[in-house]
Amino acid sequence: MSKIGVFVCHCGENISATVDCEKVAETISKLPGVALSMDYKYMCSDPGQTIIKEAIKEHNLDGVVVAACSPRMHEPTFRKACAEGGLNQYLCEMANIREHCSWVHPRENSTTEKAIDIVRTMVEKVKRNAPLESIKVPVTKKAMVIGGGVAGIQAALDIANAGHKVVMIERDPSIGGHMSQLSETFPTLDCSQCILTPRMVEVAQHPNITLISYAEVESLEGFIGNFKVKVRKKSKSLDEKLCTGCGLCTTKCPNKKIPNEFERGLGFRPAIYVPFPQAVPNKPVIDKKNCTYYTKGKCRICEKVCPTGAIRFDQPDEIVDIEVGAIVLCTGFDVKKPDFFPEYGYGKYKDVIDGLQFERLASASGPTQGVIRRPSDGEIPKKVVFIACAGSRDPAKGIEYCSKICCMYTAKHAMLYKHKVHEGTPYVFYMDIRAGGKMYEEFVRRAIVEDETQYIRGRVSTVYEKNGKLIVKGVDTLMNGRLVEIEADLVVLATAGVANDGAEDLAQKLHVSYDSYKFFAEAHPKLKPVETNTAGIFLAGACQAPKDIPESVAAASGAAVKVCGLFANNELTREPLIAIVNREAPPLYSNCVGCFMCQTVCPYQAIEREEVKDRSGKVIKTLAYINPGLCQGCGTCVALCRSKSIDLLGYTNDQVYTEVMALLND
Amino acid sequence: MKLGFYPGCSLKGGSPEYRISTFNVAEKFGVELVEIPDWNCCGATAAHNMDKELSLSLPGRILALAEAAGLNEIVVPCAACYSRLTVTNHELAEDTQLRENISTIIGMKYEGNVKILNIIQFLDKYVLPHVEEKVVKKFNHDVACYYGCLLVRPHNILKFDREENPQTMDNVITKIGGNPIDWAFKTECCGAGLSVSRTDLVGKLSGKLMIDALDRGAEAIIVACPMCHSNLDMRRSAINKYMNRESEIPVIYITQAVGLAIGLSEKEVGFQYHMVKVKLKEKPITENLVVKKVVQTEPTEEK
Repeated sequence: MSKIGVFVCHCGENISATVDCEKVAETISKLPGVALSMDYKYMCSDPGQTIIKEAIKEHNLDGVVVAACSPRMHEPTFRKACAEGGLNQYLCEMANIREHCSWVHPRENSTTEKAIDIVRTMVEKVKRNAPLESIKVPVTKKAMVIGGGVAGIQAALDIANAGHKVVMIERDPSIGGHMSQLSETFPTLDCSQCILTPRMVEVAQHPNITLISYAEVESLEGFIGNFKVKVRKKSKSLDEKLCTGCGLCTTKCPNKKIPNEFERGLGFRPAIYVPFPQAVPNKPVIDKKNCTYYTKGKCRICEKVCPTGAIRFDQPDEIVDIEVGAIVLCTGFDVKKPDFFPEYGYGKYKDVIDGLQFERLASASGPTQGVIRRPSDGEIPKKVVFIACAGSRDPAKGIEYCSKICCMYTAKHAMLYKHKVHEGTPYVFYMDIRAGGKMYEEFVRRAIVEDETQYIRGRVSTVYEKNGKLIVKGVDTLMNGRLVEIEADLVVLATAGVANDGAEDLAQKLHVSYDSYKFFAEAHPKLKPVETNTAGIFLAGACQAPKDIPESVAAASGAAVKVCGLFANNELTREPLIAIVNREAPPLYSNCVGCFMCQTVCPYQAIEREEVKDRSGKVIKTLAYINPGLCQGCGTCVALCRSKSIDLLGYTNDQVYTEVMALLND
Repeated sequence: MKLGFYPGCSLKGGSPEYRISTFNVAEKFGVELVEIPDWNCCGATAAHNMDKELSLSLPGRILALAEAAGLNEIVVPCAACYSRLTVTNHELAEDTQLRENISTIIGMKYEGNVKILNIIQFLDKYVLPHVEEKVVKKFNHDVACYYGCLLVRPHNILKFDREENPQTMDNVITKIGGNPIDWAFKTECCGAGLSVSRTDLVGKLSGKLMIDALDRGAEAIIVACPMCHSNLDMRRSAINKYMNRESEIPVIYITQAVGLAIGLSEKEVGFQYHMVKVKLKEKPITENLVVKKVVQTEPTEEK
């Protein structure tokens, strides 16, 4: 006969206001196998836990049910208390009579009856619980940072400085991300490159960091502490060991008219190129789509001029396996292409540009050496109209959320323009100015007051070209909805920040969840902002939602601390709530019939084929085997198993069936 | 193929050319247009400014009549009628309680089985697929396609074309050998009902769009709304006064343009009813004019 202890919690008045806790305890005490049943005001308090510990020893309990709140918060509390009382922690269960009962029903008899039912099912379940031992797994103390923007750089440096090895994977030929494209940064107007490039160099030179640029994640296997990542190193057509980065090939390449991605199409680059002068690594790659040799089979000029013979036209992509214990995702964002707003004329008129293009125009290293010149004819624009929320907060045409960074960078753009073109007038069309942040509101006021930016609260309906001017038609809602027409020389769209190209694909490869906008999802919006739902994979920067530089860096340091915390242990403890395939004595060996439906549905690739052999080595039977290190205990295989040969420990078929029967046999 | 037809007041009154050209074009493409029996006023601007139930009951009755007559698809050439009928159809489909109320008021059942086409949807569906084989005389003119305010709005109900930069008429014009110019006032206001009370404002608003069309070299303005047509055509003296210049640019319904291209005579498309006489210069057909294609971009609901 079992000796179950049942502890009914009042949760202050949260439960006792609608459930008669004393009656619950009394009714349950009459069930067979219940050695002790009592109620108490706060079970989770220190005295409450002490009661459980004492009761386990005094009554020699072999199972505990705490009837209280949802297990999410306090199951660990009570299991720990049981363990301290000398009971295997997996013999303790919680019956949720708060969220499932007292909070959602009025005070009446049937509510108490329901609470009794809930407790009774758990008592029946506990009778069938088996003691389980936690699983220990080793930790590979090496982290992978995916994405080399400012967030990735910060995370990699923080982890590396804590003494751990880091591998950084960057999709582009150089690290630096969007921040390297920016001219100045708000709210201090310090030069973006000047604060970023030293950090980029630090990454390249850090003894603990291995930088793999021009590479993408191919696939991921394993679990927290023990990931195996396949990385595709895209062919750079270059022997990096021989290349000195002299740049002769880039000057001699005859195909120089390729739109430069780094300059957002405002400048050109050759087919063999370094994205920008401060690139890290500062070694070129060949763009195979545009290289004359790859497209037409002739040229090879770069090969001829290279003083060290570093060009390798036949270099294939290389797949490397990297074992790491933790991953930080810092893949950043992209700006929404403004062509979904045909009325703003982006793509139709050369002088309608997006915010990142303006950054390049304003940048000292940009295509105009920092002089604001409009793309169509190189003239210095006298009137510039900035359109905020071009796509953001627009459920009809764009996206519903606020892209957050645009109010600030638009104020910065207006300021930079005014600083460079004193006689010019910047206009800003806006919905609201959202300048929450340290020194942010002051910065916007400065743009309005000191730099005389004309802020117009209203939307722009259309932009069209007439006699070489861009006519911007909008409305001023602070002037009784008066229509406004501005003859502008340049129009800058603050386009919405969206998830990066390929984010969905990467999320699926890594099994991390993402939201409807394809931004990676954090495990909890408030309390777990840098964790994903997949243990061991962390997030930082704008791959999670639009973020500015300070926020991205803060999140990156947060993620780095999480990684270091993980690496502080030599081995990890995991819950033993995993699926197992039953085993029996020969000649049956197992109920498993080897259909492997479970293998096809397992989201974690945890199910393997195991061959049962006789003494001569002949295969008698092929069975499913579940790798306890990989199984996450989701139970999908249990539901799919036709021969009922898989059980989820802690939630066996027998236990769940008993729970149901306890309700039905009332 | 038999489709229902709702003329509304304009096509029975001030815009016979729109009705004639629509009927004649439809006939050429094997579509018989059947007038909805005993139809009434759509309520236009007046009803929805005064009384919501009235604004839904009037179009509701029209839809119920069409349904009762077995006309499951109706063509509504007037943009204002189209807007009222479509909005009503949408609201009645969304709200069963409202549909019952309106049924009680009009004393007729409406199950929501009528699909409504405006003129450009009609052209897009029944004319465009076969128009190229029927063209006998290319409509070789540079024209400004003017959609006005109501034709492609509101987008979340219509889910058709793009509300700020519509393309359907441009497409039709291209298919019949014309050249739709790129201009800035496709969906700007013509002055609409102010035609009666503030003719000067119609002169200003219509004038603004006409200046742009003229400056960009349009030979004609193509419309699909009797209100737009009447303002641009009949109020020409007010427009000319605003523009401070004489303009003789004709205003042509899209159905008239299609009619001419497929070989209807000027009389068969109703040019005799225009205030500003339609004089279109014959032009030699040059390669690049004919070949030029308008690229239909995806509607904005795709994100």
